[in-house]
Amino acid sequence: MTERVIEVNELARVEGEGALYVRLNGRQVERVEFKIHEPPRFFEALLRGRDAMEVPDITSRICGICPIAYIMSSSQAVEDATGVAVTPDIHALRRMLYCGEWIQSHVLHAAMLHAPDFLNLHDAIAIAQVNPDLVKKALRLKKAGNMLMEVIGGRAVHPVNTRVGGFYKAPSRQAIAAMIPELDWGAQAAREVALAFAGFTFPQDETDYIFVSLIHDTLYPICEGRIGSNRGLDIPASGFNDHFVEEHVARSNALQGRMRDGSPYLVGPLARYANNYHLLSEAARQTARDCGLGEVERNPYKSILVRMVEVQYAFEEAARLARAYQEPSPAFIEIPHRAGVGHACTEAPRGICYHRYEVDAQRRVVMAQIVPPTSQNQPQIEADLARVVAANLDMDDAALQWRCEQTIRNYDPCISCATHFLKLTVERV
Amino acid sequence: MARPKLAVWKFSSCDGCQLTILDCEDELLEIAGALDIAQFLEATSEVKDGPYDISLVEGSITTAHDMERIKAIRAQSKVLISIGACATAGGIQALRNFADVEDFTRAVYAHPEYISTLAQSTAIADHVQVDFELRGCPVSKHQLLELITATLAGRKPHVPRASQCMECKRAGAVCVMVSQGTACLGPVTQAGCGNLCPSHRRGCYGCFGPKETPNAVALSARLAAQGATPPQLRALYRSFNAGAADFATESRRHD
Ligand code: SF4
Repeated sequence: MTERVIEVNELARVEGEGALYVRLNGRQVERVEFKIHEPPRFFEALLRGRDAMEVPDITSRICGICPIAYIMSSSQAVEDATGVAVTPDIHALRRMLYCGEWIQSHVLHAAMLHAPDFLNLHDAIAIAQVNPDLVKKALRLKKAGNMLMEVIGGRAVHPVNTRVGGFYKAPSRQAIAAMIPELDWGAQAAREVALAFAGFTFPQDETDYIFVSLIHDTLYPICEGRIGSNRGLDIPASGFNDHFVEEHVARSNALQGRMRDGSPYLVGPLARYANNYHLLSEAARQTARDCGLGEVERNPYKSILVRMVEVQYAFEEAARLARAYQEPSPAFIEIPHRAGVGHACTEAPRGICYHRYEVDAQRRVVMAQIVPPTSQNQPQIEADLARVVAANLDMDDAALQWRCEQTIRNYDPCISCATHFLKLTVERV
Repeated sequence: MARPKLAVWKFSSCDGCQLTILDCEDELLEIAGALDIAQFLEATSEVKDGPYDISLVEGSITTAHDMERIKAIRAQSKVLISIGACATAGGIQALRNFADVEDFTRAVYAHPEYISTLAQSTAIADHVQVDFELRGCPVSKHQLLELITATLAGRKPHVPRASQCMECKRAGAVCVMVSQGTACLGPVTQAGCGNLCPSHRRGCYGCFGPKETPNAVALSARLAAQGATPPQLRALYRSFNAGAADFATESRRHD
């Protein structure tokens, strides 16, 4: 029997530090590990005793790529704990801001980190040498996402204008209106990039995922709705711990999420799309059809297309909200000093991000729980790797390693969020 | 002439400072033309060996392995620049320096024995010689571009060390402390963000760290006179730059 090992100690084009290890004994896949070894930063612990008003500014530093996800989940959870409801105008502005994060994060991943895998290139700079217009268009799309973050949030990385209860200062109507032409351009350009990516060759692979995402009656969910799945789950955010568990395994500095019965599940664009297809705009659904996507997409490599469909939707949605914009007045709701327990779940670009806080009568944090998307996806990533390796045993090591890395990147894993990411080792015994 | 080789390294961090490089959308292709990007794991799977002309280092040192890694990087780098509050002061994760790290591990992980970490989160300059420290959580895109340009040209970067307070005065911004009674770290914080918080009617929260010779004792006295309690004062200094000496000292006075 020959042992074969594929190992990548420092995964590239992912956010954070991760590694991959695969060991084969003949044609038998013996071990598959997606390791997260970014050193722990102890956010749950360092929040204890802090004024709950400080929580969004602190938790945003979990991830520079998706700070809004942490700001929104934590703000909403503290509002829930203290019994505060924000106004519809504040909520609409939050949703518009969140569109900006989806856009910049999705475009960064799809065009700069994931597309090179399909083209056998090392990076977006190399793509620019063969197709400069495509890369320039992607950069302008990403910049338009950052424009939303800057105009509404004050800064692209770690916005300063958000607070528990709303915003420090409502952007002026003129400032919001001035973004509309670029948002309209973005919707069209995102479609063009989606169609260009649809020409890639996608590896054949499908599996019957458990798709978990927010679900909603009328809106493609971003920062509203309940938690649902394609297996009939339909629960409020407060039910999260009744249905999902986090476990700590030796090889990882992240906790891994599973359903209570032990099954892995998938969060992120594929899940949102499958569970909420009918809530996308007609134009975004048209792009999906033109890209050859079904109403449910089970090929994980096609997540790059789903991301671009979501980018188109996010531009359309931000433009719709900008056209309807009313300056929220007041810009924020005061948060009382009241004890309570609060929960919230919002859709980070990579999938649901669940937060739970216990707050005392002085409004101090007694207990915090933060479940980022990548730790939930980690068991599913390993299941995907095992399947992909088993189906491609005849590839040589270099090709198999590339395919494994691409499989991981399907998830746009954010190792900084999960606390750490992956190192790939493939052992062929 | 060969293009100067640039390397970007990550230690314990949120990736936000590296992302600021990729957020230079208008300049990115130009930067990639002027520099040979030899190592930038978040952006490219191409990895070239050192030595490197410029190393940008994000993140703080929190493991024994990383203590060794930063020494190896220093040995390979002509110019080493630390970027962001994590790299220049230990970052938000340096809050552990004020607590018992074993308590922290137990609070987060079911099997603390699986976790290896140092008791302190420390700045890059605590371990190796650093040629320039760029402040901010995150760093400012404009300052980052200025720093890269200046380093390539072999001149001193124009990165002012004055206070945020001076910056507000220069911009004619309304003082939030005077007009709203809002607690603001502007008098003791280094400028550079572009007046972000005061222009959004909130107090500066110190993400650029202490200015040169700050008078934090005087600021605390003034904030206390406005009604700030010791725990509030302590929390004010104890965030992204908690590990910076001037802020650490002042926060301990309110323990
Ligand atoms: S300094 Fe702030 S923005 Fe930069 S890596 Fe550290 S936490 Fe992220």
